[in-house]
Amino acid sequence: MWWFTSPKIAFGEDSIEQLGAIEGKRVLVVTDSGISRLGMLELVISELKKEPRDIEVFDQVEVEPSFENVEKVAAVARGFQPDLIVALGGGSCIDAAKAAWVLYERPDLALDAVSPLTKLDLRKRARLVAIPTTAGTGSDATWVAVLTDKAHNMKLDYFASRELVPDYSILDPRFVLKLPKEATAYTGLDSLTQGIEAYVNHWRNDFSDAVALRSIQMVFEYLPKAFDNPDDLLARQKTQNAATMSGLAFGNSQVGLAHGLGHALGAVFHMQHGLSVAISNIYVIQFSSRDAAERYADIAHAIGIREESAEKATSLLVESIKKLMLHLKTPLSLQEAGIPQRGLEQNMEDLVEKTNRATVTFVNPRVPNAEEIRKLFVYMYEGKPVNF
Amino acid sequence: MEQLNANKNYEEAAKTWEGDFLFVIQADTELKEPATIYMDLWHGKCRGVALMKPGEDKKAAYVYSGPYGNWKKLINKQIDPIQGLLTGKFKLQGDMAKVLRAVRAAKELVETAGKVPTEFA
Repeated sequence: MWWFTSPKIAFGEDSIEQLGAIEGKRVLVVTDSGISRLGMLELVISELKKEPRDIEVFDQVEVEPSFENVEKVAAVARGFQPDLIVALGGGSCIDAAKAAWVLYERPDLALDAVSPLTKLDLRKRARLVAIPTTAGTGSDATWVAVLTDKAHNMKLDYFASRELVPDYSILDPRFVLKLPKEATAYTGLDSLTQGIEAYVNHWRNDFSDAVALRSIQMVFEYLPKAFDNPDDLLARQKTQNAATMSGLAFGNSQVGLAHGLGHALGAVFHMQHGLSVAISNIYVIQFSSRDAAERYADIAHAIGIREESAEKATSLLVESIKKLMLHLKTPLSLQEAGIPQRGLEQNMEDLVEKTNRATVTFVNPRVPNAEEIRKLFVYMYEGKPVNF
Repeated sequence: MEQLNANKNYEEAAKTWEGDFLFVIQADTELKEPATIYMDLWHGKCRGVALMKPGEDKKAAYVYSGPYGNWKKLINKQIDPIQGLLTGKFKLQGDMAKVLRAVRAAKELVETAGKVPTEFA
């Protein structure tokens, strides 16, 4: 058995107006300074003020928030005592809000002691609304928060609980209209990688399959349009919806080795998450096709590739992903992405260890051993098709 | 125990692991009498294994328990140990966060168990 968990999702043009109807007298908005500057915060506050409320803003969320950053959000929450938390931003803001919510309601817990089996008993003090401004991590629909453990220089990928799925997700395309081209590309590719990994990993199920496939189709169709024409509201809306759908997909199954490799690259080289998983994805598909060609072929067929042979369809899928990445001006190898060869060699053992310990590595259709992980990083650096 | 200690992948994955286990096989419609296996796991090696006698009391850092039918599924790789916990097919007493940091070791342990010729009752 398994569960399918989703927030209540308000989507489409003007969906932000639904925020005003959500109950909450004391609202903590968790965001970052970039969002504050772009005017989106004002829009959120004007909606909240349609009802009498006290509002506090924390706008110092870091990219890929650390434990220390989350503690700062929690400290504000403890002082302000909100009954509604609004996470406004990309995955970093939403993840920081989730983790701070836990610390606010459960000050007895340490962040690195929270696991999917920890009973959190949330919602005694506050509920959570997520308003994504990227398209995106899908964190508005998942039960995980990816935090950075600076002390151990690693990403914590098991801070998770079904209780962490936000109560509401609001997908108003105006909030992604101002997303710069590079962020549009990288967050969109993150969404694509999530959908693909959700479809092929060992924890997949009928429900996650359905949203995964559709999200993949939507990314292929609309991400290039959103990249080429940033003011295309329909394309922005579709990529935003696709991102949340990919979050529903992997949130109700899992991701896989591309995220294991990507998190390691992020921890060691501070590589942007969407970029690191997108590059990894190409090579992981090649590596995993030995054990999951039929599943990759399903994806290939879903995006219009007409090829009966599962192996050839998988190969054509990889070519389609590369073509999309080239359209989005995205590197296809770690070398092209600017990772120094010497740095890769010097940090190889750390990269392998981190990947080897990532929980997501073990639900991949083909689970690599340490030597294979090492080879994958080399092939990813060189841009060499995986042949082992 | 011999197979586990010969497994280099397990040894590498569990090189920092400290914590003994009780694996509790609960009775169900297929198994009338429960069984408990003790394993002393330390830094990549198994220092000892014992089939507990009925009623014998032993403490361990971790207790991983589930019905016999679920154990069969685990050994036959129809379910993995982590998903087993998340779906309530198995219960864990002990530090779950520490277990999640050692998923590779858990996987190798189950793989090794699967290689041991086993006759299910």
